[in-house]
Amino acid sequence: MNTIYSINGSVIKVRDTVDFSMREMVYVGEKRLIGEVIGVTSKFTVIQVYENTDGLKVGEQVLTTGTPMCAQLGPGIISNIYDGIERPLRDMKKLSGAFVSEGSSIPSLDTERLFDVTLTVKEGDIVTAGQIYATCPETPLVLHKCMIPPSVKTAKVTYAAKDGQYRVNDTVLKIKAEGEEQETELTLCQKWPIRDPRPSRRRLPITKPLITGQRIVDSILPIAKGGAAAIPGGFGTGKTMTQHQLAKWCDADIIVYIGCGERGNEMTQVLEEFSELIDPKSGRPLTDRTVLIANTSNMPVAAREASIYTGITLAEYYRDMGYHIAIMADSTSRWAEALREISGRLEEMPAEEGFPAYLPSRLSEFYERAGYVEALNGSEGSVTIIGAVSPQGSDFSEPVTQNTKRFVRCFWALDKSLAYARHYPAINWMTSYSEYTEDLIPYYDENVGKEFIPLRQEISTLLVEENNLMEIVKLIGADVLPDDQKLIIETARVIRVGFLQQNAFHKDDTYVPLEKQMLMMKVILKLHHAAYKAIESGVLFSDVVKTGLFDKLIKIKYDIPNDRLDMFEEYEKEIEETIEKLKIES
Amino acid sequence: MSIQYAGLTSINGPLVCLEGVKDVGYDEIAEIHLNDGSQRMGRVVQMDGDKVILQVFEGTGGLSLGNTKTVFGGKPLEMPLAEEMLGRVFNGVGKPIDGLGPVFPEKYADVNGKALNPVARSYPRNYIHTGISSIDCLMTLIRGQKLPIFSGSGLSHNKLAVQIVRQAKIADSEGKDFAVVFAAMGVQNDVADYFRRSFEESGAIERVVMFLNMSNDPIIERTLTPRCALTVAEYLAYEKNMHILVIMTDIASYAEALREFSSSKGEIPGRKGYPGYLYSDLASLYERAGVIEGSSGSVTQIPILTMPNDDITHPIPDLTAYITEGQIVFDRNLDQTGVYPGLSVLLSLSRLMKDGIGEGYTRPDHPDVSNQLFSAYAKVQDARSLASVIGEDELSDTDKAYMSFGAAFEKYFLNQGFEENRSINETLELAWDLLCMLPVGELDRMNEKLISENYDPSRAERFYSK
Repeated sequence: MNTIYSINGSVIKVRDTVDFSMREMVYVGEKRLIGEVIGVTSKFTVIQVYENTDGLKVGEQVLTTGTPMCAQLGPGIISNIYDGIERPLRDMKKLSGAFVSEGSSIPSLDTERLFDVTLTVKEGDIVTAGQIYATCPETPLVLHKCMIPPSVKTAKVTYAAKDGQYRVNDTVLKIKAEGEEQETELTLCQKWPIRDPRPSRRRLPITKPLITGQRIVDSILPIAKGGAAAIPGGFGTGKTMTQHQLAKWCDADIIVYIGCGERGNEMTQVLEEFSELIDPKSGRPLTDRTVLIANTSNMPVAAREASIYTGITLAEYYRDMGYHIAIMADSTSRWAEALREISGRLEEMPAEEGFPAYLPSRLSEFYERAGYVEALNGSEGSVTIIGAVSPQGSDFSEPVTQNTKRFVRCFWALDKSLAYARHYPAINWMTSYSEYTEDLIPYYDENVGKEFIPLRQEISTLLVEENNLMEIVKLIGADVLPDDQKLIIETARVIRVGFLQQNAFHKDDTYVPLEKQMLMMKVILKLHHAAYKAIESGVLFSDVVKTGLFDKLIKIKYDIPNDRLDMFEEYEKEIEETIEKLKIES
Repeated sequence: MSIQYAGLTSINGPLVCLEGVKDVGYDEIAEIHLNDGSQRMGRVVQMDGDKVILQVFEGTGGLSLGNTKTVFGGKPLEMPLAEEMLGRVFNGVGKPIDGLGPVFPEKYADVNGKALNPVARSYPRNYIHTGISSIDCLMTLIRGQKLPIFSGSGLSHNKLAVQIVRQAKIADSEGKDFAVVFAAMGVQNDVADYFRRSFEESGAIERVVMFLNMSNDPIIERTLTPRCALTVAEYLAYEKNMHILVIMTDIASYAEALREFSSSKGEIPGRKGYPGYLYSDLASLYERAGVIEGSSGSVTQIPILTMPNDDITHPIPDLTAYITEGQIVFDRNLDQTGVYPGLSVLLSLSRLMKDGIGEGYTRPDHPDVSNQLFSAYAKVQDARSLASVIGEDELSDTDKAYMSFGAAFEKYFLNQGFEENRSINETLELAWDLLCMLPVGELDRMNEKLISENYDPSRAERFYSK
């Protein structure tokens, strides 16, 4: 019998045993707390415990399970809310009341719920890994597809149940692998170790954007389906708000929202808001396509470390069915801090700022699980990761931000001064970047319009020029600039206030279709060009400003509803006529 | 009869080590009996085989390897709970120090509490009235929120805390089921005395539970003080259905106690020597604020912390602000110019206020008024920095209006008397009076209806005459 030898916070040690293997899940103590083996030496086995260890005693038993930490995968995941190790929080509340108690072993999936299952294979069929053998509607938005586990190479179906109502643990299929005597029984669910990426046939190149309806994202700093993005920002810069906006409006099929070491009230807010918000495309509440993982800051720190892996494993499972998944991880810094805390308890040698030296490799392991893939069954799916980073002291040179930068190709830096000026989303266009723009050019050309890419390029250029001019303005004031440079500053103001700023609480402005984004850029640049020509031909800049056209364009986001894009023509006409009149007058 | 362990193996700072111990739980409480008859308390912080490390609450001065007998209590530190605790004063670990004898407990609860299941939370709505214009209007405190006050040494945060305790009430029940739990951690004796006297004089003491840990009290007690206070708060809120406001001062002393304790344990330090788990530890306090489904009570927290060197990027305020739902920030300049409470409006923020003000809670125009004040005061800063370059006389008329608005806003709105308790109505009317100093075109966050109902330049006249 293996017993506890030492206890230090969430880390316990067992002495003189060879029974444990690395990354194995174990049960600790009389309460059967869930733990994971994180270190094995000849003398000690080190275990991190995913629950509060108060009251645990030396000498209590530690049980092996022989399996690594696994996620339970099957119908019933969507619209659920889990803690970091996939325990359903709603069921936990029924069992132990408002406060989380230890040692509750609750199945991840509702074992009583009946699903309308349709079998897609029949007796005698040959099946291969990843092949879909049954489907059932999970929510009105998601059709769940049960797949042959990746470990099976080829097998023959020896029994297929009739279509009908089944629970997750009912056997619906029996298969016999080639050259094996034993039949394998398949139910609606399967298990997968959370720390291993699920296999796919191959990675596909990135070609499609994740359309979010947020102008600064879609037009200036796009994120691709299968890509990875980081949102770093100090407190109060709107990380969570930005993630909520993306989760609400992006065109992924399923959202996995990981609240990793963040506020409890925020998770409650997501729960409430998402069940009230109706997805315009399907007319169903957003919870029908969302799964929440809530390991708030006061819940055990080891489970916080695991929550990221649990989330991405769920995402990969749905990806293999051919869905596009977006993961919101809020916040990866808290996860890194959990690593640091556990590392400290193991008395490992710290690297920068006390973080363990393996922080970069853990970060890359996580972000590399994003991707656009061809699944084992041939369908295409993707996992997009959007990770928030909370830099200590708002200093982007700290280890988590710096290391994350190396593994993401899209970086949305949130800026404190923009947030103070109530410029939301507070993504700083100068320090942010997206390397996906190149990959997505063919998509924009084909699906939005040939003009889109040149327009966004010109908008970005104007913003850079404004930034350079502002250095001069700060020193000597704007009055001394020549008229054409004053125009750049004025146009850039329209871009900043009228285009980049977006109001999440306005019914039209909260989500803007790509076409409107393009027309907005077009009309802003149209005014810029017309005004530029007018100034060249001798019109005074102050007269151009007096027309009020610039301020009118700033309000365009509210004045033109998303379904009245024809109104842009009126604006363009007005610009032409007004500027023409100015030219004649001068 | 439980086993007594004679003697100790080693003593290191507040930690003592015992060997040959059996059947002891992690985080369990022990009593250490000295030969002279006195008694100390300790807590199990680490166990290796039969070796147990205890932290001694009262400090290890006077302990030797041979003069003690240790008895383990078999459970973590528990707090006796009863409704009669209202009006009482306790030390840092919950022992009565007001000479009124022990509390007759209705029940006991583990001071560490348990994590609140996110599913069981209700999203906080509805506000707590503090009677302070800047807070009520611009950074409204919501029931179930944790909203820290970031201050610096020498600023008037203590005065503000006393005023909040005295004036705070729930809008719809006139303070009937409202009480305050006050936890002082590492405060100076005369400051503690000031709090106690102020509460007694104003009569607020009747609905206050006080926990006092002085700056010369043992640091181990300090790490338990907020936990004892929050345990009482949770009991009163969730079992007695009261609205509890928990004021904790000073979080910086608490964090320093934690650092001292961590380094004596030989732990690997994180940023600025604070333990790597400072975030999780602070979260285990702050996250105990909230509203639970099915209970009509709430726990609201105002932690007060003095920023070391007024540096908001210091780990303590930084990590705090990542956990709490906003922050109220003191401004040394305003404070020095005699504005009380000298709060920095632009740095302060209440993340939850948008859902707890306006129609049905305060007044329908409240959200617009506060937005407009924020944006106007931001423009005041622009005008001021411009004026410092080109001189006030050269400013445009609009900027001049902003300059005088800014001065009046600080003098009449931010500034208020220590005894002055403004109703939400008074506060919002005052805000409107001030906004009438600006040209009507500048009120860009208001709709036409609100402006036509309220805008009247003559309302602002009194601000010019003085």
